[in-house]
Amino acid sequence: MTTLTDPPKESFQLSMLIYDTRYRSMTIQIVALIGFMLLIGMIISNTAQNLADLGKEPSFGFLMEPAGYDINQRLIEYTSQSTHLRAAFVGLLNTLLVAFMGCIAATILGVIIGVLRLSKNWLIAQLMSVYVEFFRNVPVLLWIVFTMAILIETLPAPRVFKGVETGSVVFTNRGIYVPEPLFARGLGDFSVFGAFDVSIDLLVILAVLFGGIYAARKVKLRADKTQEATGDRPTTWHIRLGLIVVPTVAVLFALGFYLGYPELKGFNFKGGTHMRNSLIALWLALSLYTAAFIAEIVRAGIMAISHGQTEAAAALGLRSNRIMSLVVLPQALRVIIPPLISNYLNLTKNSSLAIAVGYMDITGTLGGITLNQTGRELETLLLLMLCYLIISLSISAVMNWYNESVKLKER
Amino acid sequence: MSDIGFVRTEMLPEQAPPASAVGIIGWCRANLFSGVVNSIMTLLSLYAVYAVLSFFLPWVFSPTWNAGSLNECREILHAQGKEGHFAGACWGVIRERWIQLMFGFYPKELYWRPILTFALLFVAVIPVLFNMISRRMNWFLLALVVFLATLAFSGIMAWILMIVSGLGALYLAYTLVSVNKTDRAEQLAAGAKRLPNPLMFTAAFPFIFPWLLWGGSFWLPIGAALGFVLGYVAYTVLARSIGGLVGLIGGVVAAAVWWLFLVGGFASIAESILPLSIEAVQSRKFGGFMLSITIGVVAIVGSLPLGIVLALGRQSDLMIVKALCVGFIEFIRGVPLITLLFVASTLLNVFMPPGTNFDIILRVLIMVTLFAAAYMAEVVRGGLAALPTGQYEGADSLGLNYWQAQRLVIMPQALKISIPGIVSTFIGVFKDTTLVSIIGLLDPLGLSNAIRADANWNGVVWELYGFIALLFFVFCFSMSRYSMYLERKLQTGHK
Repeated sequence: MTTLTDPPKESFQLSMLIYDTRYRSMTIQIVALIGFMLLIGMIISNTAQNLADLGKEPSFGFLMEPAGYDINQRLIEYTSQSTHLRAAFVGLLNTLLVAFMGCIAATILGVIIGVLRLSKNWLIAQLMSVYVEFFRNVPVLLWIVFTMAILIETLPAPRVFKGVETGSVVFTNRGIYVPEPLFARGLGDFSVFGAFDVSIDLLVILAVLFGGIYAARKVKLRADKTQEATGDRPTTWHIRLGLIVVPTVAVLFALGFYLGYPELKGFNFKGGTHMRNSLIALWLALSLYTAAFIAEIVRAGIMAISHGQTEAAAALGLRSNRIMSLVVLPQALRVIIPPLISNYLNLTKNSSLAIAVGYMDITGTLGGITLNQTGRELETLLLLMLCYLIISLSISAVMNWYNESVKLKER
Repeated sequence: MSDIGFVRTEMLPEQAPPASAVGIIGWCRANLFSGVVNSIMTLLSLYAVYAVLSFFLPWVFSPTWNAGSLNECREILHAQGKEGHFAGACWGVIRERWIQLMFGFYPKELYWRPILTFALLFVAVIPVLFNMISRRMNWFLLALVVFLATLAFSGIMAWILMIVSGLGALYLAYTLVSVNKTDRAEQLAAGAKRLPNPLMFTAAFPFIFPWLLWGGSFWLPIGAALGFVLGYVAYTVLARSIGGLVGLIGGVVAAAVWWLFLVGGFASIAESILPLSIEAVQSRKFGGFMLSITIGVVAIVGSLPLGIVLALGRQSDLMIVKALCVGFIEFIRGVPLITLLFVASTLLNVFMPPGTNFDIILRVLIMVTLFAAAYMAEVVRGGLAALPTGQYEGADSLGLNYWQAQRLVIMPQALKISIPGIVSTFIGVFKDTTLVSIIGLLDPLGLSNAIRADANWNGVVWELYGFIALLFFVFCFSMSRYSMYLERKLQTGHK
């Protein structure tokens, strides 16, 4: 009879740190961490040394000093006496504004182009391919300066409109003037932390609008339930439309809503909302450029849905627009959303090229004039990167949440 | 009997389809006018195409090639009876300045150097990009390029190089013509010696590239290459005597010590013994497409290995390594390139030990490479994630260790899957090189502003932008077509 003995207890040896797979990963990680710490420590000590030599102790005190420069396109009150911090905030809002406008325009344009690229009409499909290749293969910075040049060179100067009846929208080489919404019986402004004002009128209108949309959704859900229970779908579109439109119009009426039209006074237009060339150029160029990418994404998403799905839906007796909205799009969206997110992110990051046309976004204010005036490279660039990181991470968080909600629910 | 009066006894011959269903007419009906809506859309887009072309073509074909200034252009167009802002293009600016748009302020007499560099670059990437041409063909191209380059300069070295490369090219051309493929295959089977792998030249090229562009002593790139040799020797010696990991660390340390402390001394000593240097060119003279291509190529070549390492780190089980990689990738991807370029232009010197002051182009190269590497890492990670787990398990079950498994099983497949993403990252990086104009480097876009500052060409916009856009389009479009070709070539799955 044989007896089994325990294997001899191994004592820990130093070489096991390298040769034993149980410890090796630990060793590698600790070495990597130490290396990383050394690198960071070296950079920090170098930076401290260099900045001390230059006589620039790192501090963020400059943010509270008066900026001393003007920002012509702004969403909140700002004068050249305001602080650098406020200038940065104005810039941040400008970045968000152009990114928001750009994302919407690029999505609309991209979806149209992507669908048309799949058109059975040969000519249209070819034209759309040309558009996509043309915009994708030329740098976006070139498109931005190009659009700016077109706006400046081709549109008429404001003085051309002297004595001419202008429409409600005026295109000049100084920018586009659109009617501005004004309220005869406005509720005034509401100050947030004393930092900037938000129009109460706007908040009320938005609240009513979203309330209407919410109610309309409820009605639709009830109609869906009725349809599932009885098979008959009650006609609800007029109720839903009414729920959205009537209260909003009523509120607008109550506030005394009217449009302020731009008028030529002296050498320039007064009244109306002035969208400067730089904003328009940046917006157009970013939208057109990103639309080319979104078009490809949409096309790939639609093509990823197998033809059997469309045919099966047709066999069920659905009409082609219902096939699109009920069968193809919900499935295609799953393919489309993730790359769409990264294109929104790209658009937001590309909006930093505003500096090339003089649109004062956060790169132009904080990373541009503030940096040059104060000479605080380290602090301004850290803040600038932090802002962009926060924007990027929040966009991807929101979109990932949406992505999660439309994902295939597997069991 | 039946009432049937007529029964056909033979089949009718096949009839030609109706003229409206075949040929041009049939194609038009099917693809352009298949319904009312389609017909309207076709007509509308035809009109749009006509409108664009009728505006654009007369502008393009304007006889202003020889004009010396914008005013001359206007006079020429005026003589033809064309007036106004869009009367015609002023191509004189392109004729006069295209060289500048290509080379920036690089010294005129040294233009052959960037040209030679990019010709050699082409030769160096051929064996990587297309494996369909033979080794002889590769070496023939290399000899030919070197021979053509030697025509540009004089001196004993040049003569020797010229004769050697010329004779080599002639010999290779002779064998290429005289020996056909099947004969060559027989010769090889009989034991004939093959030419060395052309990838040798590809490996040497990264050292030749900066030397040719920036000039200076040839011993510096040789010293840099020696660092790799030294590291490798240290690795093999230590790995054999002590162990793999120690060998790896020893090799890296040896190479780093060589590069940091010894290479400068080596280069100056070797230079004093045998001077082998060409005229140095300062970075601020770089410009135009030469600069764009330099930044693009360096970023592309540097970002691929770095990106693969980052992707592996992000996929690894080692928690700290993974956290470092994720942090780096997400940080770089979360900020715009322009902020990184600001860092390059203002901060990178501050991060370095006091007293270091290295060149702006080098700093830009570092930042653009890091930027591209983060994007590349995400692309490669996508490829790694797309591989079925069975591949990893299969490699493990064969007893391969981590690096063997990555090298032999995982990476070839993962990289193949990620080709479209890799190439579109390349295209993106190449397009993003225009951003360096914002921090004051003279890339084509920066130069176009400089050209407009000239009194002769003040006001020229469309011609310059159009020319730059066209060149970028040609580069990027051909890259994307190449990626499609590569996808087809590497397609091993069943369709």
